[in-house]
Amino acid sequence: MYDFEFVKPASIADAVKALKEDGAQALSGGQTLIATMKQRLAAPGTLVSLTGIAEMKGVSAAGGQLTVGGATPHAVVAAEAKAAYPGLAALAGGIGDPMVRNRGTIGGSIANNDPAACYPSAVLASGATVVTDRRKIAADDYFQGLFTTALEEGEIVTQVIFPIPEKAAYVKFNQPASRFALTGVFVAKFASGVRVAVTGAGADGVFRWTEAEEALSKDFSPAAVDGLSVDPSGLMGDLHGTPEYRANLIKVLTKRAVAAA
Amino acid sequence: MPKDTGIGAPMKRREDIRFLTGKGRYTADINLRGQAYAAFARSEVAHGKINAIDTRAASEMPGVLCVMTGEDFAAMGGNPAGWLINSRDGTPMREPKRPVLAHGKVRHVGDAYAVVVAETVEQARDAVAAIEADITELPAIVDMKAALADSGNRVHDEIPDNLCFDWGWIEDNRAAVEEAFAKAPHVTTLELVNNRLVPNAMEPRASLADYNPGTEDYTLYTTSQNPHLHRLLIAAFVMGIPEHKLTVIAPDVGGGFGSKIYHYGEEAAVLAAAKALKRPVKWVADRTESFLSDAHGRDHVTKIQLACEKDGTFLALRTETLANVGAYLSNFATATPTFLHGTLMAGPYKTPLVYVNVKAVFTNTAPVDAYRGAGRPEATFSIERIVDKAADELGIDKLEIRRKNLIGADQYPYTTPVGLVYDTGNYAATLDKMVELADVAGFEKRAAESKARGKLRGIGYSTWIEACGIAPSNLVGVLGSRVGLFDAATVRVNATGNLSVMTGAHSHGQGHETVFAQVVAEKLGIPESSIEIVHGDTSKIPFGMGSYGSRSLAVAGSAMVKAVDKIIAKGKKIAAHMLEAAEDDITFENGKFQVAGTDKAKTFGEIAFSAYVPHNYPLETLEPGLEESAFYDPGNFTYPAGAYACEVEVDPDTGRVEILSFTAADDFGNVMNPLIVQGQVHGGVGQGIGQALLENTTYDENGQLLSGSFMDYAMPRADDVPFYTVDHSCNTPCTHNPLGVKGCGEAGAIGSPPAVVNAVVDALRRGGHTGISHIDMPVSPSRVWQAMQA
Ligand SMILES: Cc1cc2nc3c(=O)[nH]c(=O)nc-3n(C[C@H](O)[C@H](O)[C@H](O)COP(=O)(O)OP(=O)(O)OC[C@H]3O[C@@H](n4cnc5c(N)ncnc54)[C@H](O)[C@@H]3O)c2cc1C
Repeated sequence: MYDFEFVKPASIADAVKALKEDGAQALSGGQTLIATMKQRLAAPGTLVSLTGIAEMKGVSAAGGQLTVGGATPHAVVAAEAKAAYPGLAALAGGIGDPMVRNRGTIGGSIANNDPAACYPSAVLASGATVVTDRRKIAADDYFQGLFTTALEEGEIVTQVIFPIPEKAAYVKFNQPASRFALTGVFVAKFASGVRVAVTGAGADGVFRWTEAEEALSKDFSPAAVDGLSVDPSGLMGDLHGTPEYRANLIKVLTKRAVAAA
Repeated sequence: MPKDTGIGAPMKRREDIRFLTGKGRYTADINLRGQAYAAFARSEVAHGKINAIDTRAASEMPGVLCVMTGEDFAAMGGNPAGWLINSRDGTPMREPKRPVLAHGKVRHVGDAYAVVVAETVEQARDAVAAIEADITELPAIVDMKAALADSGNRVHDEIPDNLCFDWGWIEDNRAAVEEAFAKAPHVTTLELVNNRLVPNAMEPRASLADYNPGTEDYTLYTTSQNPHLHRLLIAAFVMGIPEHKLTVIAPDVGGGFGSKIYHYGEEAAVLAAAKALKRPVKWVADRTESFLSDAHGRDHVTKIQLACEKDGTFLALRTETLANVGAYLSNFATATPTFLHGTLMAGPYKTPLVYVNVKAVFTNTAPVDAYRGAGRPEATFSIERIVDKAADELGIDKLEIRRKNLIGADQYPYTTPVGLVYDTGNYAATLDKMVELADVAGFEKRAAESKARGKLRGIGYSTWIEACGIAPSNLVGVLGSRVGLFDAATVRVNATGNLSVMTGAHSHGQGHETVFAQVVAEKLGIPESSIEIVHGDTSKIPFGMGSYGSRSLAVAGSAMVKAVDKIIAKGKKIAAHMLEAAEDDITFENGKFQVAGTDKAKTFGEIAFSAYVPHNYPLETLEPGLEESAFYDPGNFTYPAGAYACEVEVDPDTGRVEILSFTAADDFGNVMNPLIVQGQVHGGVGQGIGQALLENTTYDENGQLLSGSFMDYAMPRADDVPFYTVDHSCNTPCTHNPLGVKGCGEAGAIGSPPAVVNAVVDALRRGGHTGISHIDMPVSPSRVWQAMQA
């Protein structure tokens, strides 16, 4: 690890200011960033910790929406979203191990946008809104490819606002080593229709499986996707699974998510 | 009633108190005054010609004390191969020099070519980044078949076809085996891969070197399974320093699994740097370095054939194996695929004719050497897989085909067609025990229940044997070993009757400090608490060969028993003097020396005290002191064996395999501590399950290690393995060592992979996928699913 400075502002405004400095980078749970720094693959001059900002922490439900502060750890979401949005709480409770869940945060997860991360599928399937220090971004515009988002330099995810679906479930198939999603599918059923988001499989990161959405909007049952198939081109292939294998998983997990919702 | 002390007692491990409370003392925990830190520059390409290495900028970085490159070590000796293998045509194996640091060429990703020593670790790493290496990348040689076919592209320029040796075992049997195959009513053929594994000991390798210019003595603290072997290799072969000028200390070591048997270049580099700088120099590998530079395990590609009668009687077996040795020969790399593998190809069966061919191949990958089981897991996997395949082809039950061919309990000593003499065993007994414990009779019912839930259930067996207690020196000498494989112990009784036992074995997780003390306590009739087991420091312990090959109790433990016997003999002499009786009339029992038939006796403590306060000794006939040493060289290998069953459920939609139960019925000979034996089996089976289902070491065509971190290399976790059923009630004591022990350290890793894969194949075939006869390890969900698509 290279040497760095460390600041821990107490407000979003101070954090934004600190992030304007050359070489400054936001630090949330550190579950990705610290490991990268230890491997000397990242060398920020100053780490701006977001974990001391009270307005960025916590879970609250009102008016059919669940709001999660950007610096809220997964374990808190797992516990506190249970009543209002059980599908999301279950997703958060299935991330990593206790240390990861107690340190890692939703803001860090979706800012990083790892193609195998869990949260992006929930954000996209819920049609959530990503709130930053300067604007609101719709989920459909937010995720832009592998480790790429709509965030600008120094922009902070302060909140994520989830419309609460009638029914939802996330089913994750573990990559055997990392236990990130080899493929994960989040299904959310709203009065207006069904949204299905797939993580771990897309060559460009999280994406919506629109054919399944249409079929499930007509008939929300596992059998509704029976006749569909996923085109493996455009899917990821690696040590742990070919694009064809992931295509199969998408369908299998979608059915399971519908059954579990 | 189980005993609570001495031999056979399930005592908890005394060393766990310090390990579990963070009081272990590992190499990285040791800090010497004025110590500096080393970091290594490692190749990022798999194969490259070194044109120039410019260290000027690095040398001028803050805190840098010295920078050395491969050229600086070019005059030093090579790190030797410990075993000479001759090819079928009688020519000796090709043995390229393995330098301390690479020069001329780099040969695998992670091959170290320079070392920086600086005041801090960070400064050393910064300077490594500033080294300018001009390296021309050459095409990587990764695939073994391609390596053999392409004489233009060479890992070592002097070795045209990248072939280390082409070994036949036993060459004289080849013709007879071929004839048997030509005439056989049935031949089963299987091609399989024994997947390469990264050892991943919890503690990475580390070394701390110290040099005293006043005495010209070196001390090396290092992660070693065998400090004397390390000292021999470093002093006599590589650095050319007299052995008495080098002390090697292996303090607590956090797992080895084979990877810490070997001497690595980093150790010599820090010793040389310590001398040059007159300061202690420390290096601790990070996990990435461990992945790239620890000696890996396995990596065989095998074609195996079994000839049999239609009724399943085995007639002959033959194999052709390509064994990857990686870029350089690690110390036992040549023994592992040959004498630890070929000699095991009879397995527990009566197969009358066996022929094994192994070609060892150099590639641009990390060196491959012994890893828990070493050669025997490869042999067992090949045999147990083809036995299942033959049973399927012939329509014979998997247990029946094994029963039919197992060596009978009345056939010992049994001479195999591959050069071993099994001294004792009862394979049918462990098989029956396994069948009972695994409730094989209830399997069909359980399978039906799984089916109702949409899952495919399968059961797989493995009846395995290994040769361990390594090894009779005279035999291994004939087979090419360049070292002896005896071990040694010194027992020092202190004046007040407590004692220190110095052993040549090294405990790095096995629990020697507990179980060795139990053995000595039993023999001397004194409590374990008055016995200290000392290991790991060449200045304290006698010259023993360390721990690997399930040898510690069988070989070093036997030396210890011999030394204890000498203590008892000497004690009788002292007692005879003290009790004014004839030596022959003294008996020793329950810690008491007694004149037979009288109540005249002295306790062990009284004898010890008198030995050190010899006020009235007849010094011409009785020496003071009570300390004895013994060396022990085994008369044969030991042959643990067992029968394993694994029950799995496959999810047909995803290909995911879940292990529902695992049953191990083993014969380890006499058991000194059943709790430790169980723990060893648990750990070994866990590692075997890791190999079978999870661990996937993959180099891409450029020789880059794709699974070079725990993000991609899956180690087994607690929830990947079931609760085990472990039994060792069917023991046949070893006939040729004093404790009758066989060794249990590697068993689980040897016997379990085929049981797992057999279970998966069974599940798939029962589920209607009758075209599937094999899936290569790791049997990952994607591979299983892929197989089901065919
Ligand atoms: C062992 C392990 C297992 C894991 N398993 C899973 C898993 O199963 N599923 C899964 O989804 N994830 C998994 N993770 C990832 C984990 O859940 C974290 O979410 C992730 O590491 C990032 O969150 P963080 O808060 O730690 O971010 P950090 O590491 O602190 O930051 C990550 C990146 O995001 C930026 N950043 C952080 N917060 C913000 C913000 N509020 N606004 C803008 N930018 C920000 C940082 O500058 C940095 O670039 C795992 C991680 C580990 C170490």
